[in-house]
Amino acid sequence: MSAAAPGRRAPVAGVAVLLVCLAALLLMPLGVDKFYVQLVTKMMIMAVFAMSLDLLIGFTGLVSFGHAAYFGVAGYVLAYAAPQYQAASLWVSLPLAMAVSGLLALVIGLFVLRTSGVYFIMVTLAFAQMLYFVFHDTKLAGGTDGVYIYVRPDAALGEWAGGWKPFDLENFVHLYYVVLVLLVLTWIFLRRVIDSPFGRVIAGIKVNEPRMRSLGYATFRYKLASFVIAGTLAGMAGYFAAAQFGFVNPDMLGWHLSGSAIMMVILGGMGTLGGAALGAFMMMLLELLFQGLTKHWQLLMGGSIVGVALLLPHGLLGTVAAWWGRRVAAKDSERTDG
Amino acid sequence: MDEREPMLRTEGLSKHFGGLAAVREVALACRVEELHAVIGPNGAGKTTLINLLSGDLAPTAGRILVAGKDVTGLPAHRISRLGVGRSYQKTNIFLPFTGFENCRLSAQSRLQPSMRFFAPAHAHAPTRAAAERALAMAGLEGRAGVVAAALSHGEQRQLEIAMTLATAPRLLLLDEPLAGMGAEESARIVELLKRLRAEHAILLVEHDMDAVFAVADTLTVMVDGAVLATGSPDAIRANRAVQEAYLGSNEADIVSK
Repeated sequence: MSAAAPGRRAPVAGVAVLLVCLAALLLMPLGVDKFYVQLVTKMMIMAVFAMSLDLLIGFTGLVSFGHAAYFGVAGYVLAYAAPQYQAASLWVSLPLAMAVSGLLALVIGLFVLRTSGVYFIMVTLAFAQMLYFVFHDTKLAGGTDGVYIYVRPDAALGEWAGGWKPFDLENFVHLYYVVLVLLVLTWIFLRRVIDSPFGRVIAGIKVNEPRMRSLGYATFRYKLASFVIAGTLAGMAGYFAAAQFGFVNPDMLGWHLSGSAIMMVILGGMGTLGGAALGAFMMMLLELLFQGLTKHWQLLMGGSIVGVALLLPHGLLGTVAAWWGRRVAAKDSERTDG
Repeated sequence: MDEREPMLRTEGLSKHFGGLAAVREVALACRVEELHAVIGPNGAGKTTLINLLSGDLAPTAGRILVAGKDVTGLPAHRISRLGVGRSYQKTNIFLPFTGFENCRLSAQSRLQPSMRFFAPAHAHAPTRAAAERALAMAGLEGRAGVVAAALSHGEQRQLEIAMTLATAPRLLLLDEPLAGMGAEESARIVELLKRLRAEHAILLVEHDMDAVFAVADTLTVMVDGAVLATGSPDAIRANRAVQEAYLGSNEADIVSK
């Protein structure tokens, strides 16, 4: 229907691939070592993070170079919320962490969204680095060393449920499935947002913001809402990253991670949502692969990203979607010609 | 003279770019059921005037009233929401979207509340209907599913108008809607303007003099940013200052034949 969502009606094949991936993710913990279960948990957390950034880059046209700030801050919220050697309640600390990330995005968004283009990239980076140095140079939470989170958040419900514990995050398989559910929920949530009237507005802003204003849209508010949604979801990813590693340090909000997230989105294909998730998996797989080959693995990593950028300008999934779109269009014209 | 407050009224409206006075002390009014055309040579300040009225530019001095409400200095989106629709001289559409989506998005701007996050946009029947109506009015009903970038230049001009109509404006600010259109589309749009006049106030900037004199109720002639004359088409034709300053002897012969 609209070119902003390539392959919207296309993909019987797309749905099939998606279901196969989902089935593989569902079954995987049954057949492999703990190491791989934990690795894929980490990948899925990064996939949530990358999808939240794709809402900004791919769907709103806002290249944020400071997205790790919202990821990292949520990790620190968990570290603060957890009493030492005891567990924080998941049901309190997770909403709190997401709210803090969302609020941070709201405040930073009020400033950075007054700029655009290269200036936007610079200013988002500047704000994130300010935050990085707040945690790096002060004794707020262990300074450069960071802090440990000795016990993972506790999922036990309150007295009203008799303290029932639906799952235990200390169990790596439970953690895996919780993160998988969140990955799927995030995808569904963002898909709905993108297809909603709000999603069409941000797509319009990406293409032609002045025209959106003259059509009566207060574009700033829409960009701010998008920025806050993305920040909140990044916070959710950061919370689970901190919970899984049991450790937070300032690198969690540094520019390096912000840059990695952008690369995940570009690698997978901007504005495809699933592409961002795929990009996160690919980046981490390549990292693992190259680290096993040579200690100069970052050279190979950089090389492959340059390669993808040159050969597949729409990213992995973006290229497939574009190819599929052309195929459908060709079939359509065959039908009308015949 | 009509007693009602006009849909659009300006007082002493001026815009300076540094030392250049692009629009000087312009006073004009436009009522519902009136098509008010603004003509003048290139560089007379017609497009700047429209940009001031739509809020794309802020005036240096003067006032703009829409249905009696002072809108001077309001941002473009606020003015749009008061029922002011504008089209652009240089096609200003969403090229990657279909013609339908261009109009649907335009119609969606009238939703209250406008921030809706969940129900799919394409399932909202009223905006779909408004988009289809607007496309049909501009003569694009058969081209709704085509991506805007693939439309011909003339069709993109029609889409530009359809998008403006999809926002259900009371006041239309049309900046050279006929520029780049073929004879057939032009005739169609002229007919459309005549029909729209029944329920809208229309301010039209146009270079096609045959069309202007065929549809305008009132004409304002601008030269060097200032109003030279305002009046009925007959009065403007007969105005010696206009003939000398703008229409030129040859062109004056054509329009007054």
